[in-house]
Amino acid sequence: MKAVSALVAVIVLFAIAYMVGPSAKFVFGVAVPYAAMAVFLGGIIYRVAFKWGKAPVPFAIATTCGQQKSLPWIKHASLENPSTTGGVILRMAFEVLTFRSLFRNTRVAVKDGPRVTYDGEWVLWAAAMLFHWSFLVIVLRHMRFFTEPVPFFVPLLQAVDGFFEIGIPALYLTGVGLLLAASVLFLRRMLDAQVRYISLMADYFPLFLVMGIAITGILMRHFMKTDIVSVKEMATGLATFKPVVPDGVGPIFFAHMFLVCVLLAYFPFSKLTHMAGVFMSPTRNLRCNSREVRHINPWNHPVRVHTYAEYEDEFRDKMIACGLPVDKKETEEPKKAKAGEKKVDD
Amino acid sequence: MYDAGKIVLGLAVFVGVSAFPIWYNIAAGKGAYAVQLEPPPNGTKQCVAETANGYMRAEHMHILDEWRNMVVRDGKRPKVTVDGVHYDYSLSKTCMNCHSNKEKFCDSCHTPAGVAPACWDCHVAPEDK
Amino acid sequence: MSSDMPKPEELARVSFQPPESDWMDTPVQFKSGTYNFPAAKKNVEYLKMPNPHAWAVDDKDWMLGDKWKEKILDGISDRLQKFRSFSLFMDICVRCGACADKCHFFMGSGDPKNMPVLRAELLRSIYRKNFTVAGKLLGSLAGGRELTEDVIKEWYYYFYQCTECRRCSVFCPYGIDTAEITMIGRELLYELGLGINWALEPAANCFRTGNHLGLQPHTFKDNIEFVVDELETATGINAMPSFNRKGAEILFITPSADVFAEPAIYTLMGYLLLFKYLDLDVTFSSYASEGGNFGLFTSHDTIKSLNAKMYHEAERLGVKWILGGECGHMWRVVHQYMDTLNGPANHLEVPRSPITGTVFENTRSTKMVHICEFTADLIKHNKLKLDPRRNRKVIPTFHDSCNPARALGLFEEPRYILRNVCEQFYEMPENTIREQTFCCAGGAGLGNDENMEMRLRGGLPRGNAVSYVRDKHGVNMLACICAIDKATLPPLVEYWAPGVGVCGVHELLGNALIMPGESEERKAGKINLRAEEDDDESEGGGDV
Repeated sequence: MKAVSALVAVIVLFAIAYMVGPSAKFVFGVAVPYAAMAVFLGGIIYRVAFKWGKAPVPFAIATTCGQQKSLPWIKHASLENPSTTGGVILRMAFEVLTFRSLFRNTRVAVKDGPRVTYDGEWVLWAAAMLFHWSFLVIVLRHMRFFTEPVPFFVPLLQAVDGFFEIGIPALYLTGVGLLLAASVLFLRRMLDAQVRYISLMADYFPLFLVMGIAITGILMRHFMKTDIVSVKEMATGLATFKPVVPDGVGPIFFAHMFLVCVLLAYFPFSKLTHMAGVFMSPTRNLRCNSREVRHINPWNHPVRVHTYAEYEDEFRDKMIACGLPVDKKETEEPKKAKAGEKKVDD
Repeated sequence: MYDAGKIVLGLAVFVGVSAFPIWYNIAAGKGAYAVQLEPPPNGTKQCVAETANGYMRAEHMHILDEWRNMVVRDGKRPKVTVDGVHYDYSLSKTCMNCHSNKEKFCDSCHTPAGVAPACWDCHVAPEDK
Repeated sequence: MSSDMPKPEELARVSFQPPESDWMDTPVQFKSGTYNFPAAKKNVEYLKMPNPHAWAVDDKDWMLGDKWKEKILDGISDRLQKFRSFSLFMDICVRCGACADKCHFFMGSGDPKNMPVLRAELLRSIYRKNFTVAGKLLGSLAGGRELTEDVIKEWYYYFYQCTECRRCSVFCPYGIDTAEITMIGRELLYELGLGINWALEPAANCFRTGNHLGLQPHTFKDNIEFVVDELETATGINAMPSFNRKGAEILFITPSADVFAEPAIYTLMGYLLLFKYLDLDVTFSSYASEGGNFGLFTSHDTIKSLNAKMYHEAERLGVKWILGGECGHMWRVVHQYMDTLNGPANHLEVPRSPITGTVFENTRSTKMVHICEFTADLIKHNKLKLDPRRNRKVIPTFHDSCNPARALGLFEEPRYILRNVCEQFYEMPENTIREQTFCCAGGAGLGNDENMEMRLRGGLPRGNAVSYVRDKHGVNMLACICAIDKATLPPLVEYWAPGVGVCGVHELLGNALIMPGESEERKAGKINLRAEEDDDESEGGGDV
């Protein structure tokens, strides 16, 4: 049901742009893209700097996934339990570039006996890697439209991406890869009973959106061609703040571009912020040397403590009777201090 | 621990990377791109296929691909007839007979679109007349 | 263990099929044996926490008090500004489900709300509805839901069905740590006076007497004296320690279970023998007499309040540094919270082993050393005469306790000790040890009898790994370095892996240590710290 609503939402978005786009070129070709980009950048900055960033990291809560640095003769896992900034950078690099934590994934089964088994589960990791890396390459490839002259990395990526020269123009593997990965992620969400149970509409919507973007992109390249030279005029116009809306740009293009704009604008207000959030996760991006170097908590406020003096006051007679040393031999005043009444800032 | 410096640095990198097309275009100094295709220098108006509505722009690669397969792979060299005029299946003899300047015609789109057609792996572009 | 507990084969027949109804429309059901009893009013009052009241889980009205919704929402808002972890973890989960089958409670119960992701969604849905634009506008379409009393009840059930073991955080691609969510969730519940007694009573006791059972100073001392007597019976050695002694070099703090609960007392015997052997200038404190910090299961303020005693006492006694015993969550607090909350401990010196001269650089600021670090260093420097043959009947495996594993990375030190004090040592399967270790399912305040079914369910993966090495290698002892483990693992292994015992690492060290002046029986390796005699002549005596 949630998947259906998400699909309907994406189809509606597609239809609006496909039908209205060509007759409202300035809106769909200039206004919406600028607005989407502004929301994207502003939204991410707001979330990172003014929401997450405003809250401190009060405690050094790194998750240690390897041997700590302790005695010099014990081999230290400098990547999984980093004690230096360099180690943290390396740990984060593996996390961001290779999804290392996800790579550990296993699938558990409880069999008769009972017997609990752990099998490697790489589908999610592989689909996630394919999805994200394909997306990155696709974004970089699209720079050919936004820049003049075409930057050096674009032909390189195109050559690799179209290496198999399937069809003319060559089919890009990342386009297929993105669609495939998104489909796997979608099917996994539908077919795995547990993942389906936890899924929200907000999980299906971006998947369908990305699928829509991939499908319209592939259609435009191979089947429903649009004039990419006009597209480039338009894209460079946007990038140089001299927007133009040339003729010859088909409805499929407006649909493609609109879905991208929706994705951009949706980004900062959704789970997609994990792109920025992954860098800020305190269980991963902190050094694990919290006994060696003190971690500072800016709001470390005073709390009620039960001081030794209060403790001794309460138990002095018993302590003396059993031979425990005391600081004061006798209670100065007969009234016993009430435990924990005092607020002490230490 | 706020790590404000690191957050600002990270966001600066993020915005910088996101704004790549903006500063790259400024640095490259070319400004907005607009296509300028040279019409055939010999004044021909007739093409081997429809040119209106961007048909040729979108489909020329498929025509050339089909010609190449016929001629090179199948060893046939049929002709295409438009308005009673016969044209060979030939890039050099037919297409470039009119569109004689590769740089001003072919490249004026291919280069900005980042397209590297395989034509020139075998063919030599005709000398500029 | 109650006699109506189903057989292990039956309990392990877990259905992983989620219910038909959406989780937001599936109300919580409190099933006897799977939940914890509420915190007693007196304990809430004693710790001066809000809304103390007497209530029971099956009451229809939990008496949440006036303006309870505002209190919860204010509490969320406050913590969103105080904890980046919380703020971040509310936003970035993509619900990929990688964490789902990493939780021992999910594996043992099949209850989808025990998937770490859904446990967090219980709170996230309230966050989205009240703190995000999409949630405010779109409601359930954006994954938001109304805050109702049923939500509070659900929180109570599931935030106390998490042992905050952080195993899920190892697998999460963004390092989302459910412990952060449930710690904060529990704080929110305490805003309404809701908590569990098994965590709050120990916290109140620790506040007053310094230890979780509420042993008053003379009783604390009596208990240790009793252990010392038992130790003398078993070894012929009097290893009486000193108490509250000013000017000692080292303050030793261990979980108080070590002084009264089996098998933890045998671990204490191991420490005492070691200290005696080394003639270490060390003292115990009756005031800071609890290593464990039940604040960790209660609130961040309580963590600080209880932990303050360690530095406070170290300063009063004028010791140079602190040595800590085998404990799990105590070490999470010491390693990740203590210095931040109650430091800097400038009155202490950087710990240096008086025996080997080793400076513990990794504790340079906090100035507290783990007993396993201390002992491993001694063994490495050949300072201990050990006879592993005395442990010849023991075939141990090692249970990494959640917190030393995932909050410190203390993996090799205890293993190094075990390999030096035992003739054999076998690891459990790799998915169940080290950073992937499984919880005893009784940590974080859940190790009480009323929650036994859920403990045994959550204990399935650990118990199963133990039975695996029992069958494969003849393992008969589960060594660990956590007092809660020593209390909760015995019923767990009795149920899932009968025939396997539970012990501390330093109990086995105590067995193997060749003490000057020890009894002939001990010298011959015929009696262990548990005073279990071994008359099997064919095995031979432990020649020195």
